Amino acid sequence: MKEKLVIIGNGMAPGRALEKLFETDPDRYEVVIFNAEPRVNYDRIMLSPVLSGEKSFDDIVIHGDAWYIQHGITLYKGCKVETIDRVNKTVSSVNGITESYDRLVIATGSVPFIIPVPGANLAGVVTYRDLDDVNTMMIAAKSKGRAVVIGGGLLGLEAAAGLNEQGMDVTVVHVQPTLMERQLDPAAGYLLGESMKARGIKVMTSANTRQILGDKRVTGVEFADGSTIPADLVVMAVGIRPNVALAKTAELAVNRGIVVDAQMRTSDASIYALGECVEVNGATFGLVAPLYDMANVLAAQLCGDDKATFTPVATATRLKVTGVNLYSAGDFAEGDDREEIVLRDASAGVYKRLILKDDRIIGTVLYGDTGDGPWFYDMLKRSVDTREMRDTLIFGQNYQGGAPLDPTAAVAALPDEAEVCGCNGICKSKITGAITAKGLTSLDDVRAHTKASASCGSCTGLVEKLLLLTLGDSYNPAAVQPMCKCTDLGHDDVRRLIIARELRSIPQLMQELEWKTSCGCAKCRPALNYYMIATWPGEYEDDGQSRFINERVHANIQKDGTYSVVPRMWGGMTSPNELRAIADVADKFRIPAVKVTGGQRIDLLGVKKEDLPGVWADLNAAGMVSGAAYAKGLRTVKTCVGSDWCRFGTQDSTGLGIRLEKFMWGSWTPAKVKMAVSGCPRNCAEATCKDVGVICVDSGYDIVFAGAAGLDIKGTEPLCHADSEDEAIEIIAALTQLYREQGRYLERMYKWLKRVGMESIQAAIVRDLTKRRFYYDRFVFSQKFAQVDPWQERVNGKDAHEFAALAEFGVPQAAE
Amino acid sequence: MEDWVEIGRIEQIPRRGARCVTTPVGRIAVFRTAEDKLYAIEDRCPHKGGPLSQGIVHGAQVTCPLHNWVFSLETGEAQGADEGRVRTVPLNVIDGRIYMAAVAMLAAAE
Repeated sequence: MKEKLVIIGNGMAPGRALEKLFETDPDRYEVVIFNAEPRVNYDRIMLSPVLSGEKSFDDIVIHGDAWYIQHGITLYKGCKVETIDRVNKTVSSVNGITESYDRLVIATGSVPFIIPVPGANLAGVVTYRDLDDVNTMMIAAKSKGRAVVIGGGLLGLEAAAGLNEQGMDVTVVHVQPTLMERQLDPAAGYLLGESMKARGIKVMTSANTRQILGDKRVTGVEFADGSTIPADLVVMAVGIRPNVALAKTAELAVNRGIVVDAQMRTSDASIYALGECVEVNGATFGLVAPLYDMANVLAAQLCGDDKATFTPVATATRLKVTGVNLYSAGDFAEGDDREEIVLRDASAGVYKRLILKDDRIIGTVLYGDTGDGPWFYDMLKRSVDTREMRDTLIFGQNYQGGAPLDPTAAVAALPDEAEVCGCNGICKSKITGAITAKGLTSLDDVRAHTKASASCGSCTGLVEKLLLLTLGDSYNPAAVQPMCKCTDLGHDDVRRLIIARELRSIPQLMQELEWKTSCGCAKCRPALNYYMIATWPGEYEDDGQSRFINERVHANIQKDGTYSVVPRMWGGMTSPNELRAIADVADKFRIPAVKVTGGQRIDLLGVKKEDLPGVWADLNAAGMVSGAAYAKGLRTVKTCVGSDWCRFGTQDSTGLGIRLEKFMWGSWTPAKVKMAVSGCPRNCAEATCKDVGVICVDSGYDIVFAGAAGLDIKGTEPLCHADSEDEAIEIIAALTQLYREQGRYLERMYKWLKRVGMESIQAAIVRDLTKRRFYYDRFVFSQKFAQVDPWQERVNGKDAHEFAALAEFGVPQAAE
Repeated sequence: MEDWVEIGRIEQIPRRGARCVTTPVGRIAVFRTAEDKLYAIEDRCPHKGGPLSQGIVHGAQVTCPLHNWVFSLETGEAQGADEGRVRTVPLNVIDGRIYMAAVAMLAAAE
């Protein structure tokens, strides 16, 4: 029988240890994890980008549910362990689950330190530790009130920057004279403070909090000198302490942290501990690199290898605030036996400092230009004698040995053991080795196989250069495909930033996101116009000049410059009156071709542009509106005759199709959306190759989606079953809204599904009724502004300049 | 014959848009950029004859609506990997009135 390994805690350290364990000996243990948080393992370092709105929770998940299933792990989410019975070797959770263990790992992490002042337990006082804290802050930020962040360290500043991005009025209160004094010297701390102020964040240093004011909710903060400032939200980010409560009740040896040896063993031979909750040789740890080192040691232990030991090394720190470049490593206190080299460039906001002892780097602080951080850090760890390069050392690696090297050459010159990814402790040779051995070709590949640049991401540039170096010209760096040549940002980044920074117009977006062209190109402008419409319904004013001609003039351009006109026929139903009007229009305007389309509509081909308003006026008069056959939007809902006529029909498929089309017409989507409703599984409406299809059955409605019958042929995938028409419509509208919010411009539904996965779509639309309702409501809201017939608008004079020449000077003559 | 023929006023053309002037030698597209610069080129893509006046205008360039060829409005040259050019037509703007070179309208009319 397998040994049973129980882990208390599901953070980054035990997650990494399990990865290593499964690499070495995947079948050795039956693994059970208790997680006090109700979720999977995610990258805690990246909570700050989530708070600032630059990333979503899904982006920072390290192990999704599938990973636990694949490895046969039992994961108890939201189960806090209350007791460890060391005699009988069992653990029990607060909600009554008991599991026995052969070996136990305690990884309870840390708890935020709350300064013991009056008012610390008022509503509106939060800590910054996990996703729940981030969610609390994001909700508070919606009121756009005043936030006070107590603590000017790494965590406090990231929280402040995030809340500032969310639109709050933020003050950072720090008890020390300069910010981040544990990682920065006063000069860099000063520059950092100035940069925070430049963003609109107020900074108070040497400020000692006396109490938090308020009756039930926080209203302000009072300082030792008697002064006060108002506050609607107070974030305590003064530090963390090891979470040792459980270990203490189990009577394990505990000082500040749970005492472990260099092999992660506690005072009980069957129990290990790692992460922020432990103490090794009197020291505790809060940065990720040493925690991952612990994880490697623990994994080795669990596989029976006693040789691996944990040795703390100097770790480098980066601040994850977009736009602030800051790097520090090692020891930078002044001393008689130390020398320093300082470079300042005030106008460029650059400050670099190296601290040397016996000609070897023992510490570095970089601000503004941090590109050489890893190089200095590498020399620090290897204790390199710098005498030879002393004169140019501070200028960085590019200036060693004559002329500046190109950036790739600088990376090529890094020694094999140079650390590239500080978060995950990945050195250069490990990355280049994996690229060669496993045939990796993209940044995502490297992240998946080595974890390099997969945490905070600040070494992404270095990893890309290593890919280029190893693969040569065959490396295509566009792992995140930029939208177009006007930007380096991908579609997803742009969409996220539109929301996070509340970008409400294309010119504003291009300014804020530093577009490289003055007014975009034919690729990005239509995409941005769609993203704006989808994000700010009712507020954003459509920019016709950023639309393709078909959507600008609401007809389909043909090869000869004429247009085709398709009136809407709800659910494919028409009438003698409509057909008569169409025939009259075709005669009156001498329309050369009339054709029935695949979507059960009639297409009038070869209409001259100047005739369009006249054609539309006549069709409008007969009660017909635009069929949107040109739109990245809802095109057609095709139906069969269903239970009205057909002897096999199980439901009123025509009626449902008409309802769907009347409800959903006018909506803009990332790419065209075609739908169909079939009255029985014989599927005469061909619903199984549409973007969304409904197959009626006796018991209700089977909803399928993500089909295609164009460049790609693809059958639909089943989404779910609905019992009633109303339910079917709610599901389809919610699904369409999810697609409207996640789809990249011109990405058809089947490609969207392939990218985001069925699991995430079903989680939002099928399993969680609250979420489904949320998307449905947003669809309904956006429809309020979408259902205006564009033909009628133009018949009434809108965009009249489109349909007439500026000037006419005779007509082109035939040659003779 | 006058050298310049008035064709309209700048406000009659939308920013980042175009209007057409029909002449005996074919349609000429008159463009107005985001910065209110005006350009005229023949309204016919050398690739498959697409009406360039219907394309998306970005900077001093237009993308053909049929197959996305991009042309410089200043030189008429196709951009990027495509090869070809369209005829450019001189314009003169005085007090918001746009004048087109008459010779351009007659080029092939003899």
